[in-house]
Amino acid sequence: MKSLTNRSKVVSNKQMTFWERIYFPAILNGMRITFGHLFRRKATVQYPEATREFSDIYRGKHVLKRDDEGRERCTSCGLCAVACPAEAITMVSAERKPGEEHLYREEKYAAVYEINMLRCIFCGDCEEACPKEAIFLTKELVKSEYQREKFIYGKDELVESPDPAKRVDVSKRQTKEVLEFKKDKRYKHNK
Amino acid sequence: MPKVTIDNITIDVEEGTTILNAARKIGGRIVPPAMCYYSKLKGSGGKCRTCLVKVAQSSAKDPRPMPKLVASCSTPVQDGMVVQNLTSPEVAEARKGIVEFLLLNHPLDCPVCDQAGECDLQDLSFGYGMEETATEDDRREFPVIDIGDKIKLHMNRCILCYRCVYVADQLTDKRLHGILYRGDVSEISTFIGNAVTNDFSGNMIDVCPVGALTDKTARFKSRVWFLKPMDAHRACGKCPGKVAIWMFGNEIYRVTGRKDQFGEVEEFICNECRFEKKEPGDWVIEGPRHIKRQSVISANHYEEMKKQSIIDPIAGEMNKQE
Repeated sequence: MKSLTNRSKVVSNKQMTFWERIYFPAILNGMRITFGHLFRRKATVQYPEATREFSDIYRGKHVLKRDDEGRERCTSCGLCAVACPAEAITMVSAERKPGEEHLYREEKYAAVYEINMLRCIFCGDCEEACPKEAIFLTKELVKSEYQREKFIYGKDELVESPDPAKRVDVSKRQTKEVLEFKKDKRYKHNK
Repeated sequence: MPKVTIDNITIDVEEGTTILNAARKIGGRIVPPAMCYYSKLKGSGGKCRTCLVKVAQSSAKDPRPMPKLVASCSTPVQDGMVVQNLTSPEVAEARKGIVEFLLLNHPLDCPVCDQAGECDLQDLSFGYGMEETATEDDRREFPVIDIGDKIKLHMNRCILCYRCVYVADQLTDKRLHGILYRGDVSEISTFIGNAVTNDFSGNMIDVCPVGALTDKTARFKSRVWFLKPMDAHRACGKCPGKVAIWMFGNEIYRVTGRKDQFGEVEEFICNECRFEKKEPGDWVIEGPRHIKRQSVISANHYEEMKKQSIIDPIAGEMNKQE
């Protein structure tokens, strides 16, 4: 019966011609391809001496951003965790006490924020879900480790340094509309 | 028995039934949303104007339409009345405006608010609201206060539906809180820093359509969509003891009344059940609650299917009328 998909091949038992049987031209053709590769551009780079150029929106290790005054932006709303298809994100929230206004932007903050980098598939859904511009993926790579426990990144590895010189620039990851919106100082989010 | 037609569906209801209750009798998507009306609280309704509907024909005797949109929660039906809710573009437009007004002073702090995920105003603004607001004025701001040691009041979030005042009037023996001032500056408060300590005062948390009144014992503990709602009961001397418990693993984070499909609790529960019984041993667990599949809480929520829906999934879905 005729196949429905047309994907199957009919096997034939055809005899080789004289030209195919002497093999020599086929060997020459093979050598030509092999030596031809010598003059091509190399597919690999000599890491770590040389590194590849990364895209501006490469999705690597996460960062928890601080605002201009150095306060943590994350309010532990849980939208990243519910958006995460790999269930890599967990958090415990806490209430900001009087006198901690310089540390946390809102009334509630994440006391514990953990991403399991072994579970994470770097899809970027968490940064898309974040309403507070708190979590972003960066160009940085997750380092290899010997122990599995070390891949559970806590706030000590995720939150960026309050030092203005060491801040992670994420403006290239944001769309034109978002950057435009951020200029509008009427909204509390942008103040 | 007056006959009323709502969105082309005709139903016989008892004399004196409001349009909203007639629509709830039909059920499904044609039920107008209500932010202030609460069927278990006498006198509630008529404040938020969310349930506005168009009456295309007042009655069989007087077939003229009503001149304005009416609040369906406080308008009784008449025989031969024809009501339009979903089918009227005028109602959709009006409701859009109502949502804008309700959000005038409502802060957009859903990421912080404990009510997010089960908030009536969130659902309403998702369903009918706009992305933008026309006003540039600042929102009202109040300090967050404790009323009693178990309830937190965020006056910023209040939409002045008065439901909690009716709870205080009708459920508790001594009313300790109410609305102060009038109009734009009105606010809920207790009488000069008084604590609300009635046995049934916790129900004001359940009736609050927004996150203005929240449970301090569950404050910021978890988001509702990470918790598993379960039906549970216990023998309680003060209340029927039938509650919904919100579990995280084996821990009980929160106890609330059981809410029906219109977001109203079936039975009011006492403060002892709500605030003090947080051990799994205190409760007899009946099983997981039904959560609408559209709700964010339904993520990873599994429950046993009814037999009918296994045989005929489509008919099963339609009967549920989610």
